[in-house]
Amino acid sequence: MIQTKMELTQDEKEILQGKQGETLRKVMESVVLYGEVFGAKRLVPLDGPVHLVTSFGIPILTPVFDKMDELIAHGIQTQKRFTVDPRPLDYENVKCSPLEKLVFKIMYGKQRAYEEQLEKVGLKDKNAFTCTCYQPEVGNIPAKGDILAWAESSAVVYANSVLGARSNRNSGIIELFCGILGKAPEFGLLTDEGRKAKWLVEVKTSKIPNAQVLGSAIGMKVVEDVPYIIGLDRFLGRGLSADTCDYLKDMGAASASNGAVGLYHVENITPEAIESQRSLLTEDYQTYVIDDQEIERVISSYPVIWKMQESKAKVCFIGCPHLSLRQLEDWTERITSALQSSKRKRVALPTILCAAPDVVEAFKKQEEKYSRLIATGARVTSICALMYMNNPLCAKKPVITNSNKLRTYTTAKFLLDDQVLAEITNG
Amino acid sequence: MEKVFKGRVVLGGETTGEAVVSRFGVNLLATYQSSALKKAKEVKCGDQNNPDLYKKNLTDKIICLPQTIGSTTGGMVLETIVKMGVGPKAMLFSEHIDSLAAAGIILSDVWLKSRIITIDQLGEDFLHSVRDGQTIEIKADGTVLVK
Repeated sequence: MIQTKMELTQDEKEILQGKQGETLRKVMESVVLYGEVFGAKRLVPLDGPVHLVTSFGIPILTPVFDKMDELIAHGIQTQKRFTVDPRPLDYENVKCSPLEKLVFKIMYGKQRAYEEQLEKVGLKDKNAFTCTCYQPEVGNIPAKGDILAWAESSAVVYANSVLGARSNRNSGIIELFCGILGKAPEFGLLTDEGRKAKWLVEVKTSKIPNAQVLGSAIGMKVVEDVPYIIGLDRFLGRGLSADTCDYLKDMGAASASNGAVGLYHVENITPEAIESQRSLLTEDYQTYVIDDQEIERVISSYPVIWKMQESKAKVCFIGCPHLSLRQLEDWTERITSALQSSKRKRVALPTILCAAPDVVEAFKKQEEKYSRLIATGARVTSICALMYMNNPLCAKKPVITNSNKLRTYTTAKFLLDDQVLAEITNG
Repeated sequence: MEKVFKGRVVLGGETTGEAVVSRFGVNLLATYQSSALKKAKEVKCGDQNNPDLYKKNLTDKIICLPQTIGSTTGGMVLETIVKMGVGPKAMLFSEHIDSLAAAGIILSDVWLKSRIITIDQLGEDFLHSVRDGQTIEIKADGTVLVK
């Protein structure tokens, strides 16, 4: 047995000694070593299912497939049925050229086999592929104070901040192992101390800032620290309305991808800020003021890495992270109204709205709205736009998006919502 | 002149090798993806956003860096590179090791029995002092000698 400073229970020690088999021993050893690196003193029980980041069958990740095979061979599953990030492909709604398809076939050549592996180790169901597992239609919704072990950065920051659950930003596979053990090492954002804010962010803009830009500004400034944000309640009101949850979803995803924020508090809005207010700030906190000029500075700092800067956009992605049902309805209204104003019937370029499979199903039940959107030529899918852009041929295309996460990780150009709307309605 | 630094042993061992240095956070996915896809015999860094490492050979080198950054799949990508037999000899972090790199080295160690000797918290001065091509000797107690 490895030497560890962690205080383990008798059961945990026995697993580490291999008494429940070599595979489970390696699972435990991996989690214990991972926890030790970050100073964890013990493992704590998980209260909810894990959410996995690895949803794609890229053939190069052979160690992942090997581990899955080993887990399956020994009948090892997660203790609770888990959700996972989005699938990479949907040729029906995201049109691709034959050459692009050929590249995708190589890139995600193990997709079907990997999904079968996921099912065997505890996947919730065939609709469980989304980065927004916490949407009501999907149902992996932790309660305040729940201990989790999630890995998808946009989901982690939402669970921690908006729902008041407790998860570290785990690496892929480690979250799966925690789900198998039903335990996570206690450190960082699982502790009261780790949830203290080292930054006071004062939002002093004259109008509500774009959520994706605000999150980006915060992420770039505080990087991995916890910010305590004041001034947003002027625009969003107090507490968590459905619209506020959507705003915070997009803001958090941008802060997590433009920096590495795993938790933020918003005064008078998020649960821990309501409960503990500014006592969440550390004594030596720093201050960051965001006014109209700062928002403009941040937007103008985004490089456009299209090969031809003045190209006309060829594809538009909306929904990274995946849209909520309300956002899908809202974009339907905006797109159809804008087209009507322009005396046009169809969008000027392929426009793809991304949402969880369960959310898309709920949207399709609103037949009038769904038909109205589809009649414009826009399409609804559940893929991950990032995985589409990972195809080198797709990356060469001038793609626009309102997602700061997609901008950060790919060649997509970021536009504000109104600019996106103008492009897709007028070209 | 030899410089001596002392860090925390994350995965211990003794080795000597050639330094490659990144002053920027190393994006594991962007660094290794193209080499993994090509099943390359030696890794050339594919991350265009990292001017310190881009196109440099990383196989069997001692990578000196602040932390790793990027997708939470990064640890799995590092393990993949190790399984291909083209991983680094050691990783020396000036800061506290991050969760992605920690997962990568631990998964390699436990599941592949392949150790990347890893020392962290070597300090900013370490990263300012060390240069590409210098010989580095790592001791079991976390001492790092830059020659």
